[in-house]
Amino acid sequence: MRAMAVAFLALVLAAVLTLTVGVREGGFALLWQALTAFDPSDPAHIAVLSIRMPRLIAGLIAGAALGMAGTIMQAITRNPLADPGILGINAGAAFAVVIGSLIAGRADNGLMAALAFPGAAGAAVAVFALGGGLKGDAGPVRLTLAGVALSAMLLSFVSAIILARNEALEVFRFWVTGSLAQAGMRPLGYMAVAAVFGTALAITIAPRIEALSLGSALARGLGTKPGRIQLGALVAVTALTGAAVGVAGPVAFLGLLVPRLARRVGGHVLRRELIASAVLGAAILLFADTIGRIVIPPTEIRVGTMTALIGAPMFIWMARRLRAGASA
Amino acid sequence: MTRMNDNALKAENLTIGYGERTVIKDLSLDFPSGRMTAILGPNGCGKSTLLRALARLITPAKGTVTLGSDNVFAMDTRALARRLAILPQASKAPEGITVADLVRRGRTPWRGLFSPWSDADAAAVERALKEVGLEDMSERPIDQLSGGQRQRAWIALVLAQDTPCLLLDEPTTWLDLTHQIEVLSLVRERNRAQGVTVITVLHDLNLAARFYDTLVLLGPSGLIAAGSPQDVLMEENLMAGLGLSAMVVPDPITGTPMVVPR
Repeated sequence: MRAMAVAFLALVLAAVLTLTVGVREGGFALLWQALTAFDPSDPAHIAVLSIRMPRLIAGLIAGAALGMAGTIMQAITRNPLADPGILGINAGAAFAVVIGSLIAGRADNGLMAALAFPGAAGAAVAVFALGGGLKGDAGPVRLTLAGVALSAMLLSFVSAIILARNEALEVFRFWVTGSLAQAGMRPLGYMAVAAVFGTALAITIAPRIEALSLGSALARGLGTKPGRIQLGALVAVTALTGAAVGVAGPVAFLGLLVPRLARRVGGHVLRRELIASAVLGAAILLFADTIGRIVIPPTEIRVGTMTALIGAPMFIWMARRLRAGASA
Repeated sequence: MTRMNDNALKAENLTIGYGERTVIKDLSLDFPSGRMTAILGPNGCGKSTLLRALARLITPAKGTVTLGSDNVFAMDTRALARRLAILPQASKAPEGITVADLVRRGRTPWRGLFSPWSDADAAAVERALKEVGLEDMSERPIDQLSGGQRQRAWIALVLAQDTPCLLLDEPTTWLDLTHQIEVLSLVRERNRAQGVTVITVLHDLNLAARFYDTLVLLGPSGLIAAGSPQDVLMEENLMAGLGLSAMVVPDPITGTPMVVPR
């Protein structure tokens, strides 16, 4: 319980920093003023509410959603390397949106919401089929390799499409590495609804996922239906990942880092782990974003790059441990 | 009112195959209620396949399995899980899970998605931990336990499921003899105390004879013998089922048959 409280405090701190730290100095006093006595003629107040606030909301949605998606995926695949980024689900959502807006010739928020989710679901099904997951318990190494390959392929298509169309650098950054900049332009409302739906579904079926994480034979012996649990988990992961990609692009590695920490906070009770994942995911993403904004001013390092800087060494370390311990 | 045979399992004309290969052909067997039955036989003879079919983990090509008077394949999944528990071979625990968290998952068939943890759940878990002697280690991560303790934790999980029928697939594999005896003793205690029907796939003939009421010996081409240890562990059966040339003598401690390979 104390660990959960610490995680919550970290999230509050991260949120305050997101709203206060920036090029325009003003700090906490400015934030308080903008929130309590908003003056529409003051550009500093407008910056806080129209730029920082959407950024905070996008960070909360994407961080919480990716954290929970990672936790669900690790429980269901029994693979400590499962992450929406590594397994190509982020890339699937990004790919669907980019190719869809290329075909439709427009890129509005409604279209994005309609495409991100089927894209995420398609990639999830594809990676399980490639990784041998449909025939039974997918081995962690095969599943991870299939995901990394799919992710690399889809993101290279995304880059090719964007570069061929001479899009702005910011568009490229968003769809290839993930970013919280210009969050006010994203479909925050739609994606918040999807994230809440995914969260509710995940929390509901969590006890069944716990049974499935003991292996499908034992899960059936415990009176559950593995196929149905997998379908429920797929829908939850799709809703969460689609929402995250919709507001922040394909941010990688967050779903890899967060579940390990969440287990320390929540123990091995999946509902507590999910709540801890949401809190920690949002806190880490917001911290990473804030650090990215201040390390080399006046330029910003995008949050997807920041998570990769922390996540990639973790991935290598975990993959090495996996090889020593578990079988493929 | 429970009848004597409510928890008997009965396989009738079972035929099971994987793809082209038929593993079990037209097999009929009775597993009496409240008794301990061991399934013996060489590798690849279909022992585990039979056990998995009894628990409905595989669907046979032909034949049925009945539990009491119910067709297992027509039962509601959760209703079956409240009457029959199975521990598959070599189960893998999530990394870092504690003994108590693992054993609690055995309560799955008794709990709705939002039902609070009940007194009955807590009592079943506590009793299971006590039966396997892990009550003092319940907060330890399972990967820090010895092989024998780990196996006992898995057995506690199916004991917490609190079913009148308990199926175990090679629960003693990889354990040293002391721990094998420990595991089989605690299963027998549950059987004797609560009249639980126990069916176990086992390799060790002498331990089977010591701990089990009924033995089923499968050979490469089907059933060799079923009955009391004395009736099953006969020299000609061992030759036919296992291709083993052995002498059978009375166990000096229990008097049950003891197989001594020649």
